[in-house]
This record gives sequence, structure tokens and C-alpha cells, in this order.
Amino acid sequence: MSERLLDIRDLKVTFGGLDALSGLNFHVDEGEIVSVIGPNGAGKTTFFNLISGLVAPTEGEILFEGESIVGLDPSIVTSLGIARTFQNVRLFPNMTILENVMVAQHCRTSQQVFGALLQTKAFKKEEAEIRQRAEEVLGFFGHRLVGYRMDQPAFALSYANRRRLEVARAMATQPRLLLLDEPVAGMNPMETAELTGLIGRLRSEWGFTIVMIEHDMKVVRDVSDRVVVLDHGVPIAQGSYDEVSTNPDVVEAYLGRPVEANK
Amino acid sequence: MNARAMTLPRSAVDQDWRHVLRWGFICGLALVALCLVGMPVELDKRALIERHLSLGYLFVLMVPVAIGWVSSTLVALEGVENRRQGLYDLITGLVVGLIGGGLLSLLMVALDNWNLRDPLVNWSPQLLRFLTYENGMGFGAAAWLSTGAVLGMVGASLHVVPAVVRRTTGFVVFGLFFLSVLEAAISDLSEGFGLESLTDWLYAKKGGLTVTSTIVVGLVIAVASLATKGRVKAATERYRDMDGIERQKASTVLFVVIAALCVILPLFLGKIMNELLANVGIFLLLALGLNIVVGLAGLLDLGYVAFFAVGGYSTAVLTSPNSPWFSPELHFGVALVFVVLAAALTGLLIGAPVIRMRGDYLAIVTLGFGEIIRLLFMSDWLGPYFGGAQGITNIPGVDLGFATVKGTDPRSVFYLVLAFCAIAIYTSWRLQASRLGRAWMAIREDEQVAEAMGINTVNAKLMAFVVGAVLASFSGAVLAAKVGSIFPTSFMILVSIIILVVVIVGGMGNIAGVLVGSFVLIGVLGGPKQPGLLQEFQNYKLLIYGVLLVFMMLKRPEGLVPSARRSRELHQQEFLQDAWLKGDKLDADDDETGAPAAVSAGDEGGEEE
Amino acid sequence: MSTHALTTKSARRLAAVDRFLTFIRVFLVALIVVGLLAFIWQQIDPDNPFARWRNPDARGLTGDQFKGLLISGLSQGSMYGLIALGYSMVYGVLGFINFAHGEVFMVGAMTGFIASEKFQANGMWEQNFILCLLLIILMAVFFSTFTAVLMERIAYRPLRNSPRLIPLITSIGVSFFIQNFVLGLFGPASKSYPRLPEWLSKQRSILTFEIAGTRLLVLVVAAFSMVGLWYVVERTKTGKAMRAVAEDKEIAALMGIDVNRTIVTTFAVGGAMAGVGGILWGLMFRSVTHMTGFLPGVKAFTAAVVGGIGNIGGAMAGGISLGSAESIAPMVILEPLGVPGVSQLKDAVAFTVLVLVLLFKPSGLFGERLSAEDRA
Repeated sequence: MSERLLDIRDLKVTFGGLDALSGLNFHVDEGEIVSVIGPNGAGKTTFFNLISGLVAPTEGEILFEGESIVGLDPSIVTSLGIARTFQNVRLFPNMTILENVMVAQHCRTSQQVFGALLQTKAFKKEEAEIRQRAEEVLGFFGHRLVGYRMDQPAFALSYANRRRLEVARAMATQPRLLLLDEPVAGMNPMETAELTGLIGRLRSEWGFTIVMIEHDMKVVRDVSDRVVVLDHGVPIAQGSYDEVSTNPDVVEAYLGRPVEANK
Repeated sequence: MNARAMTLPRSAVDQDWRHVLRWGFICGLALVALCLVGMPVELDKRALIERHLSLGYLFVLMVPVAIGWVSSTLVALEGVENRRQGLYDLITGLVVGLIGGGLLSLLMVALDNWNLRDPLVNWSPQLLRFLTYENGMGFGAAAWLSTGAVLGMVGASLHVVPAVVRRTTGFVVFGLFFLSVLEAAISDLSEGFGLESLTDWLYAKKGGLTVTSTIVVGLVIAVASLATKGRVKAATERYRDMDGIERQKASTVLFVVIAALCVILPLFLGKIMNELLANVGIFLLLALGLNIVVGLAGLLDLGYVAFFAVGGYSTAVLTSPNSPWFSPELHFGVALVFVVLAAALTGLLIGAPVIRMRGDYLAIVTLGFGEIIRLLFMSDWLGPYFGGAQGITNIPGVDLGFATVKGTDPRSVFYLVLAFCAIAIYTSWRLQASRLGRAWMAIREDEQVAEAMGINTVNAKLMAFVVGAVLASFSGAVLAAKVGSIFPTSFMILVSIIILVVVIVGGMGNIAGVLVGSFVLIGVLGGPKQPGLLQEFQNYKLLIYGVLLVFMMLKRPEGLVPSARRSRELHQQEFLQDAWLKGDKLDADDDETGAPAAVSAGDEGGEEE
Repeated sequence: MSTHALTTKSARRLAAVDRFLTFIRVFLVALIVVGLLAFIWQQIDPDNPFARWRNPDARGLTGDQFKGLLISGLSQGSMYGLIALGYSMVYGVLGFINFAHGEVFMVGAMTGFIASEKFQANGMWEQNFILCLLLIILMAVFFSTFTAVLMERIAYRPLRNSPRLIPLITSIGVSFFIQNFVLGLFGPASKSYPRLPEWLSKQRSILTFEIAGTRLLVLVVAAFSMVGLWYVVERTKTGKAMRAVAEDKEIAALMGIDVNRTIVTTFAVGGAMAGVGGILWGLMFRSVTHMTGFLPGVKAFTAAVVGGIGNIGGAMAGGISLGSAESIAPMVILEPLGVPGVSQLKDAVAFTVLVLVLLFKPSGLFGERLSAEDRA
């Protein structure tokens, strides 16, 4: 747990004169689960967009395994080993569940036109591997995404299953770092509890390092090693859940300044 | 209330008269427009059933039937008890047809009294003669009013009669229609098999079915349709329910049969039919290529004709001795290698600047490129290299050693096209189920997410352009060898649009759909310059293409033969609803944990937007 | 915020395609610069070595010729601008390219032809030309508006919520249909407008510019239409509703705006402008066929993109820039480079302008104004 997997230094991004994030220093060690919390508009999703390459920072450095990934295309960032889910689930709705997961292995595979046309041995082998890995990933969520469902279009899934499929799709890119953007949003308490357990298993069984944006404090408390609080694009606190939850700045950011400060 | 109204059910009186009147006027305007465009008079020359029914009259008579049917259609909601259709609908159809006939009669009166020949070229005495059946005005008006009313009612009554009757009538009418319309093809085919006596009996000397054959064939079709009732459906169901291996076996058998037919049939066909098939093949090849670009990768390329042109011109330059600038006179096969390279390069050159553009900008810019390429081939500037407006002539045929493929022998051209089509079909089929194909689909669905999931969208899109370009260049090469000369006018934007119509009408993203589309459209109606089976349609085929494109987009955007995926995409709501009603286990058993997960993604997504 | 931000990538490592695009950009700019320099050199010394090598016949342009090109570019460009307004407004409000808008323009030109021919037949054309002109403009506006509104009602309204390429493909079909319907009704022959009265068509000299009266008329009418449109969109309630619907249809509906009516108005206003443009085309080129709408339509769309789509002032400015570019560039840039037959490449130049603008400034010269969902 000593090596720094992700190291972010003095990150700043500006949209039309407005600092969405500024002076962000942040790091993730191998094997950690870090939660990023903060009130709405604090810049959490922008933070994810910066790491995954969808937005380029105005200033600052993002190092992944010691190498800068600033300015790389999102597809290259993914192939380096950073996968993400989206806050407002964005699957490929008309592809089947299996295809959704298969297509995510694009950057781990290499067959081009000729392999497909000549049906070479390498091509067949790769296809079989892709399929096998896809089934393996889907199997992680129990019976929910396998069997007859694999050939159903993604839009036919229930909301919770879409969230699960999105996590599965991110897992299929074989990342080292998994960015989960509100993984349990919109789920009911039981589904939430189940997914909380799965997030823990993602680390223990699959060896992913995880950065998670979450509003559900119960989930944050249960799984995170460390919590980072953002407010107005600035990190205001870092530390274990217990430290952070009692930090007066954090309480203020969430609840506002108490009228009577005598407590 | 008089006695008559008392006997009618209430629903017949409480019609939605505004709805009925609106459809009536639509019917009438459609009829008048049809007449003024000149279709009936021109198509009147083509007899369908001796001199009793011509294609012209059929086109006019069809309108009230179709609109009668449409105007009395109920929106069928599954799971909801519909009102039973009955008298209400018959009256709707009757009134609609009556109004239609009325407007047509008004047109007749106008034709008789005013001369508007000046702007309206079809405002002619022939039209008047056509409308009055060469009788007086009174007769004509009475005839149109009554036939309009009757036909409107017939259209509407199709909802009322039992399904068996509807089905049988449908089969008989369409069967007879195709039999009479495809007269040339059938005569040609039976001549090849030595069955002239059959066609002599079927068709009258002046063209069209004879009355006796109409009745006999009609009866045969009716009996056949009654006998096969439900069998076809059962067979397809059985095919659908088969497991992997069995299904593959059945598919292989089907494929072998079709392939054998394709190889053997042309031997029995005459020159005209083979020519037609060769044209269909050329456009099929283009459509298959465009299907990869538009259907799989979702890039609306309106300048697809550019690749066709590059294929044609590079073949011409490399093989023709008349090429004005560089004339290596290569063999077709050798030239093809360079043609493919040239096309792939053009694909990259045109693809690169447009690859990052929004979908609709991409469409217009590719259209621009298509036009630029044609203008360049035509210009005096590149004239010394590509012959300008005079084009390149004297392109040799394809020398295969044992035979030469050239335009004068359309059968050989057909076989050449067939070979290329086989390659194209194989390519589309294999690519669809490959890593690249999946990447294309992902890009079509959501480009940004595809990028975030590790797909290099730029490369994948360029690949789609290149593959599409290569397939189009095959088509261009065949065209050059077939026609023996190449002119810039063969590569108008029109070609791009027609191929787009073929792909869309057939069914985007679906090989079988594209096949059906090109046979139906190019084969029957004809290509931009190539005549189809219905040569009478020559002047109207573009009009029909336009109408078809709009109609398909509005009513059946998934095409005639939809791919399962595409129809799901366009009818997500219905798909989910149907599955729910049928009790399909879509995702219904997922809520074991309790409360429905009803929070929509959109509500949650508001946070940092 | 996030959707907006996703497109603003400033620092990006170059992929092969980007390098190629940079190459194209540099190449095109170099071509233009070299062409211009060669032109200037040719103006100074027609027998300079470069000119003798590339194009020994060319003698450069006289001042009057250049002014002539400029005038014809301006007048043609303002016509493109009038058509471009329709593309731009519809794109701004509905977010799709109404490919059939060029046909609306053609319908206007065709109506003008039929009406003016009838007027000529009964002698009114010569006696009272101004009245006739007003009448044919009114008729063209009426029929173009009618076509545009009908088109919206039948073909586009049912598709309002479908994926954005679907209405575009439909509009291609509509365009095909109208072209061929007009062909069926009026036949394939090219139709010529009656001769204009002498006092209108004669050359006039204004500020050292020799300008044909018709072109002057075109410029004046286009300017008036522009001002009228600007007033409608910026100053009236209808215009405000239009802008609100362009921004967000659902919210506009919640604020009590009749979205359907506003969209119909948008089509109607665009159609009216195209109708005026059609008459101007008829007066300027005097000949109309069923294909008249296609090329001006595509070019007008180009003009809308050049000016920044959704931006009304931009559409006019884009039209004028495009018109001038396609009239001047072949003579000034291509001919000094020794390209023969440059007038044939006029249309190719117009399309190249489109590619250039999209390569350098995809949001157009004056900025796009699109609804929130289309900005992504």
C-alpha cells in the first residue's frame, strides 16, 4: 500500500472564468478505497472527468503510476487502466448486455478487419476469451445479469441492474483504478447494502483500487479507507470517515453555518 | 330523428366528422395531385388485365382503398379492449371515397372549362379522356363518385371482415398485381425454361393478363393461401425456436438454396433480365458498403458516390488504352489492387476532416466532398488527366482466360457482380460480429461513452469509412468494366441519395434488408439512370423514392426487413410494453428486494450539470 | 456544466488524425496565401516569371472587373443569406438540418415565374411593374410559407423526439419529393422570367461601382427583409417565444408558450424569407427549373454554418461572405496558380469554404446559438 497509484498535484480547471476546481492535491494508493464527497456543485464529477480525460485541466498534473496522463484521449486513459461509471447511467442501450461488456474489452484486444474476415485462429481465440471474460464479469453480480438476460438489450434492464451493468462494463476494461460515480444512487436500501458489499469484494477479489463519489453516507462509512471532501472546487478535509464527519468545516459545508455557534 | 337514424347504432351517427372530412380531403387532393403529375395518363399505356384495367387506373383506384383503410384504422393498444369495428368504419370509408371522387369530378369540370396547360403540363385533353372513360362528363362524374364511395368502403371493410378473408384477398390482389406487372420478367424466365405456352395462356397479345387467366390464377392463389394458412408462420416460429446447431443447419440449407438459385437462374434468363440483375448487383454492392457506414457505425455519409467514382475512374485510368494521361493498360485483376488502395486512401482523406464533426455536419460535408470530387473529375483543370466531361472510353472487359466479362454479355457481368456481392455480404456479416463491429455499434449508440470505455473512436470511424469506400470502389470497377466508359455524370449526388433510400427502405444495419431493398427498388423501379422492370415508371421513380423515404421514416423507420436491434431501438417503448403484457421475463423478477427502482436517471443527473 | 465542458479540450496530445488535420489546415492556408501573393504579383507585373510559368494567358483583373465580381458576390451572397435564415432558425429551434429548405426557395421562384408570366400575358407587367413585383413577391411568400408549414406538419412534427439523424433523412426525402412533384406538374423545361423593364435592369453607377439595377434591387430587398426579420425576432412577443423554444422546449411549454405554434411560426418565417429569395433569384438569373433549389440550398446551409448556425445576423453575414468568396476566390486565388477553367470550380470553392470553416472554427464566424441539448 505504499506505491502511489494516482497522484494529482495542484489541479485547476476553469470554465468560462469560473474555477470548477482549484488547488486540488490528491492521491490514491494501490488497493485503497477513497470516497469523494461534497455538496452538489462541488466539482466531484468534473474531478472524474478530468481523471478520465474527458476534460483537460487548465493547470496541474495528473500522474497515474508515475506517468502524466494530462491531455491524453479518454480511450488511452482507459487503456492505461482507469475505468469509470457515469452518474446518470450511460449504457449502450440497444446493445445486448453481453455486447455491452464485450465491447468494453476493446482496448485489451487487438484483432482488426482481416482477422475477422479470414477467421484466423487468433481471432477465434480472442473472441472466445472476450466472451468468457464477459461472462465472468457478469457472473460477479450473481444471477442478475447472466443466463437469458445476456441477450437482452440493455434498455430492458431495471434501474438497479443498469447500475450493476455499468460497473460490470467498467470492470471488463480490466482497470487498476475504478472510478465509481454515485454507484448506489437511486437504489433502495437492500440493493444499496448488497452493492456496498460488492464494492468491498471488488477490492479483495479483483484487486481494484477504487475512487468513489457518493452521497449515501452509510455506504461511504462502510467501505472507505479515506474520505475527501470537496466544496466549491476546493478540498476542505481529508481523512478517515470519523475524522471527516466531525470536522466543523465539513458540517458547515453540508448544513451551512449554525445560527447559534454555542455548541 | 327519422326512422333511418333510429335503426342505426348510435356510433354510426356520432362520427368524428372532422376526422372523416379531413381524410376525405386528403384522399381527394392525393387523387388530383396524382392526375396533375401525369401519372395516370402515362401509366395508362401499360395494360394489366387486357384492356379492362391499366396500371394508370389501378394507381387512381388504389388511393380511395388505401385511404379508406387508413382513415378507419383504430390505434390498436395491446391489453386494452378496442371498440369493435363495424358500420362506423364503413361509413367513414364511404364518405372519404365520396369526397375523393367528388374532388376528382371537380377536376374534370375544371379541365373541361379552363385551359391551364400553360404552367401545368399535364392539364391535357388526354387527362380528361382518361377521367371520363371517353364518355360524357356526367358519366365520368357519376362513375368516380360511385367507385370512390365503393372503394373507400372496400378499404374500410377490410377491418370488418374476418382475418381469413382479409388475408386471402390480400394474397390474391398482390399475387395478380405482381404477375401482371412482372410480365416481362416472367415471359423471359419461362422462355428460358421453354414454357412459352404458359405465358401465351397467361398474357394477352397486347400485354396484360387475360380475363380467364386472371380468374383462374386468382382462384389458385386463394386456394393456396387458404391451404397454407398458418403454415408459414409456424415454420418461421419453428426456425426461431431452434437451438444453435439446428438453426445453423437450417440457415446453411437456406443459404445453399439461394446461392444455387443465384448461380443457375441467370442461365435461363434473357439479356434484358440479366442486364437488370447486373444493375441490381452494382447498387446492392454500394448499398452494402453504405450499410456499414450508416447502419453499423451511424455515420450519415451523403457523399458516398465519391468512392464509387474513385473506383470507376481508377479502373478506367489503369485499364483503358484511351486514358489521356497515364495508361498502363493493366489487367482488371491487377488494377483492382490499386483501385482498392486508391479507394482506401480516399476513405481516409475524406474521413479524416469529418471524423470529429457532429453527425449532421458530417452529412453535409460529405455531400460537399461528393460534389467536389465530381466537379474535379469534370473540370478542365483535371481534364488532361481524367478526360473532363468527355470521360474515359474504351475500357476493356475483364479477361478471365476462359471468358471475358463485358457489357455486351450482361450474364457475365452479373456473375462478376455476384462474386463481389458475396465478398461484400461476407465482409458485413463477419465484421458485424467482431471487435470492430461492436465498437461501431457502441459509437452509434453513444460516442462519448464509447471513447471513455477505451474505444479509439477516431480509428474505428476511419475504418468504417475505409471499408465502405473499398466496397463502393468494387462497384465502381464493375461499372467501368460493364459500361466500357466512364463519365462524371454517372456520379451525381442523386446516386448517393438513391443508395441511402435503398438502405433505409430495406432496413438499416441488416444485410437481408439491404438485399430486399435493392431488389425491390433498383430491380422494380430502377436506378438513377438504369431502367427497372417497370419502365413506365421512368419519369416517376424519383418521386416515388422521395415518397417512400418520407413514408418509411414516419411509419416504419426500421425498414422492410428490420434488424431486431434496429426495431428495438426505434420502438423501445412498445418493446417493453409488449414484453410486459406477454409476461416475458424481461426484468420483472428483479424486484425481489422490494420497492420498485423508479428513480429515473435524469432526476439524479441534475447534480453537477 | 459537464456536457458543455466535455467539448472544450484545450490541451490534447496529438493523434495521427490531428496531425493530418493540421497538415490540411496549413496546406489550405498556404494555398490561399500563395494564390493571393501570385495574384498581387500578377497585378503589379503581368509578365513576372511565376505568372509566365503557371499561367501565361492571364492578365490579372482590372479594377472594374474586381468591383464587378464583388458586386455579383454580394448580391448572390445576400440571396444565400435570405435562404440561410431558414436553415439557421430551424436548426436553432429543432436542432436538425431541414434539407428541403432549398426546395421551399425553389417553390418561391417557381411561383414567381408563373405569376409574372401571367402578368406579362395580360400586359400588366409592362404597365405597372412595381405593383406586379409586389404581387409576385406576396404570392411567392405565400406559397413558400405554405410549403414550409405543410412540410413541418406532415413530415417533421411526428418525428420531433426521434434521434436527430431521422428528421434529416426525412427532409432529404421531402426535398426529393418536392423536386419531382414540381417536375411532374410543370415539366422539365427551364422556365424564363419575362424581361425586366429597361429602367430597372440598366447599369447604374454608384460610388464608382457599376451596378446593374437588378442587383441593386436584390441588395435593397434583402436588406429590408433582414431588418424586418430582426425586428420580429428581437422585438416582438413571437420572437421572444421563438428564442425561448430554441433554448428549451419543455420549459418553454411550462411557461405557457404554445410550442407547436412557435415552431410553425419559425418554419413560416423561414419559408417567407426563402420565398423572397426565390423571387430575387428569378429576377437576377431569369431562369428556373425544378432543380433550382438544390445547390443554392446546400450553399445557404454552408452560409448558415459559416456565420454560426442559429445566429440570425450570422446567417446573413455568412451568406455574404460565402457569396463573395465563391465569386472572387476562383479568379483571385485559383487562376494565378494556373488552374484553367476556374469558373467551373465555383461550387467546389463554396464547399471548400464549408470545410475550411469547420476545420478552423466549427462554431462559425459569429458563434452558434443552439439549445442546451444541442451544444454537447
